[in-house]
Amino acid sequence: MYQYLDDLESRSLYIIREAYKRVDPLAMLWSIGKDSTALLWMVRKAFYGRVPFPLVLLDTEMELDEVYAFRDKLVKDWDLPMKSELCPPEEDMDKTLPPATRAAMRKTEGLRNLLEKEKYRGIIAGIRRDEQAMRAKERVFSPRTLDGDWDYKDQPAEFWDQYKTEFPDGCHVRIHPLLHWTELDIWRYTKRENIPYVSLYLAKDGKRYRSLGEKNITFPVDSEAATIDDIIHELETTKTAERSGRAMDKETEDSFERLRASGYM
Amino acid sequence: MSDDILKYQQLRVVIVGHVDHGKSTLIGRLLHDTDSLPDGKLEELEAICKRRGTDALEWSFVLDAMQAERDQAVTIDTTQIWFSTALREYVIIDAPGHREFLKNMISGAAAADAAILVVDAVEGVQEQTRRHAYLLHLLGLRQVSVVINKLDTVGYDTERFQVVAKDIVTYLQSIGLSASHIVPISARHGDMIAARGDNMSWYQGKTLVDVLDSFEVAMPPLARGLRFPVQDVYRYDDKRIVVGRVETGILRKGDTVLFSPTNEKAVVTSIEVWPDDKDKVEAHAGESVGITLDQKIFVERGHIASHETNPPMLSNVFRAHLFWLSQKPLRVGNSYKIRYGTHEAMVTVQSIDKMIDTQDLAQSDEVGDVERNAVAEVTLRARELLPVDPYIDNFRTGRIVLYDGYDVVGGGTISMDGYADQRRSIKPKSDNLYEVELLTSYEARAQKNGHYGAVFWFTGLSGAGKSTLAMAVEKELFEKGYYSYVLDGDNVRHGLNVDLGFSPEDRAENIRRVGEVAALMADAGQVVVSAFISPYREDRDRARAAAPARFFEIFVKADLSTCEQRDPKGLYKKARAGKLPEFTGIDSPYESPENPELVVDTQHNDIDTCVQQIIRYIEQNIVLSEKEGHKIVALS
Ligand SMILES: Nc1nc2c(ncn2[C@@H]2O[C@H](COP(=O)(O)OP(=O)(O)OP(=O)(O)O)[C@@H](O)[C@H]2O)c(=O)[nH]1
Ligand SMILES: [Mg+2]
Repeated sequence: MYQYLDDLESRSLYIIREAYKRVDPLAMLWSIGKDSTALLWMVRKAFYGRVPFPLVLLDTEMELDEVYAFRDKLVKDWDLPMKSELCPPEEDMDKTLPPATRAAMRKTEGLRNLLEKEKYRGIIAGIRRDEQAMRAKERVFSPRTLDGDWDYKDQPAEFWDQYKTEFPDGCHVRIHPLLHWTELDIWRYTKRENIPYVSLYLAKDGKRYRSLGEKNITFPVDSEAATIDDIIHELETTKTAERSGRAMDKETEDSFERLRASGYM
Repeated sequence: MSDDILKYQQLRVVIVGHVDHGKSTLIGRLLHDTDSLPDGKLEELEAICKRRGTDALEWSFVLDAMQAERDQAVTIDTTQIWFSTALREYVIIDAPGHREFLKNMISGAAAADAAILVVDAVEGVQEQTRRHAYLLHLLGLRQVSVVINKLDTVGYDTERFQVVAKDIVTYLQSIGLSASHIVPISARHGDMIAARGDNMSWYQGKTLVDVLDSFEVAMPPLARGLRFPVQDVYRYDDKRIVVGRVETGILRKGDTVLFSPTNEKAVVTSIEVWPDDKDKVEAHAGESVGITLDQKIFVERGHIASHETNPPMLSNVFRAHLFWLSQKPLRVGNSYKIRYGTHEAMVTVQSIDKMIDTQDLAQSDEVGDVERNAVAEVTLRARELLPVDPYIDNFRTGRIVLYDGYDVVGGGTISMDGYADQRRSIKPKSDNLYEVELLTSYEARAQKNGHYGAVFWFTGLSGAGKSTLAMAVEKELFEKGYYSYVLDGDNVRHGLNVDLGFSPEDRAENIRRVGEVAALMADAGQVVVSAFISPYREDRDRARAAAPARFFEIFVKADLSTCEQRDPKGLYKKARAGKLPEFTGIDSPYESPENPELVVDTQHNDIDTCVQQIIRYIEQNIVLSEKEGHKIVALS
């Protein structure tokens, strides 16, 4: 079923292997959500069951309990090279930001600290173009400046699967193997491949999470989808935006742009 | 739910055209009219437009998400958005029209299967309309339709539509594209997008949505020759897995595959995927897989596996039809890194053969530097033999991306017109061991000497300055510590070739022997500079074949009258007097090199300038840099 997924998957495997070959040291952000878990599955496909770089959770200690439990189980079952990076407290964040954006900013700072410590040259992240209009402008290999910023007004040319893979010292690159997937593709794939997912995505008492974020700034949406088939069916017909349960996206017209420019996923 | 093949096909369509002609507006409206915008999006847009004080609703804001884009009402970067019709799913790619952002337009358009070219009904065909159309062609897009937009601003006038339509059709035809449809629309008001509207009853053709549905999804290129560029080699549990993506053709378990440029063969013993699948015996174009081989041949990233009967060509020179994106112009003599598939190599621009003005398609042989956003045909030369496919044979592997330092600076397609496959000059497989042995020793000598051995073959008319330059160059090389030697008439005619006269056969034999000796000396590690008129291409090509990949032809150039005026040895005078029969340039032809690695103009430059030019060129080609050193392929 859904043969076109083979093509999407194949492109992702190619990108993952490019990243591994060309960028070192490398790490992958695993937020434990549906996208990065599907991505993790593809990493295991690319390396024949192995995960040859660390998986990092940027931990605000505000993830939902089910998320932590799911992580611990998968780390054990799949023998994953897991690493947690504790994000700095909210008080340390820029006070001019609106509240939810400020909370989200903690992850950006956590990532900055991680990069500083581990000197990673590449960070694999499971973002998709269809999530959000600023993410839709991303490159597959997206360079970050010396201070970690995304120079989104002057991105490198990227075509014919040739990427920008070399940088001056101190810069790093974000690698986005899922950019060409949609939310619906991810669920169809998760079902086809039988990939585990956090049960919070399934509806309980008329509500489910479409997108998992920290409990203070993410909320479940109305839904009756109690199985993965229901989710797929819901997405084939819904007109509700995926990130409608994410507070920080819409605080101001440019709040997400500002977040991303300064290094947010 | 049924797996209706068509329904889950994705078609990627790029929207291109001149700045402000309404591309983003068109997409925003398309999404709205097909009921594809998420709930609340319209209200959000209305609120933003109100706050920003724009009079009409700006549909372009659906795509133009950056503040800078909304502030300046211009698309800066390409974006992708999904929607579906009853027929299938689409990825719509928005491309910026401003010339400043051409690199972003290309990044978007290169990912598309089909294109819609937007032309403003009032402004008509403009600079970027033409440039974008030309680039679509160069990027290999063949499915193109046109929309003439903003018909509302010309009162939905059918005549204005006809005029603009005719203009664009004429241009497209001149570059070998034909538009499958030309649709009059108003993006702002939604006429002829999803619904026909009431304003253009004079138009009988398809709506934009119907046009999209009429495009065809490209099938994977299964019928082309197999190309499997090696991406990486993994060693897991005693297994060596060669991973990559099948670019074209079909790879089967049991196939004998030939790797280029090494010319090594092996049999595919398994196709490896995870989770393990023993039934996996075939991988089609587009699939990322791994393979294991029956032999421990040397394989690394960049090598290309094919079937034996249809391998890529091997060449160290080829032509490319390029678009250029860098502020720094492309110049003759500059070196760039190219990548195609997983292969990477350094190339030098040997010549700029043609500049193409995308506005009037004038092709000019008056060539200067290639500036940003320009299109040109150039000849590129690599130091080693590269496995290459001309674009007409293979649209996946026959295209290159150029890098300068860290940055992508251009791209284009490969043409091999006029160049021979150099594969035959490689030893057959039975000589494998022998070849490997030599490979090590050439490398070892180079390591010990601190530079590679090579042949620098000067050719040119008598009096052009070959000997003078050769001596001066050799002296300087020697002083710089290189192991160098000059071969010229004086030191071979008295010994090695003492038995040869000046008959055509003897001349050919003279050059053949010199070529062989030069090749041996280069293999032994020497930098050989040879100075012979060597007037015949065939003879020089034979000398090149004796030392492929380390033979550099240097054309010492001065026209006949200049040489005759110089006449240092009084030979022209004698020849004119009939005392020297078959003298080159007088009563025997000189065949100028078609593709020399270097041209040295002694007519317009003084000796010292020429010597320095040659020294620079030689040093570039013989120095051992650790990174590139290992890439020079030793051949014998
Ligand atoms: N009257 C009228 N105005 C239009 C129409 N389509 C677009 N416009 C206006 O033309 C202007 C430019 O539209 P955009 O969609 O931003 O143009 P674009 O081609 O995407 O421009 P770039 O991406 O910057 O190259 C905007 O103000 C639109 O509202 C149309 O059909 N009728
Ligand atoms: Mg636009």
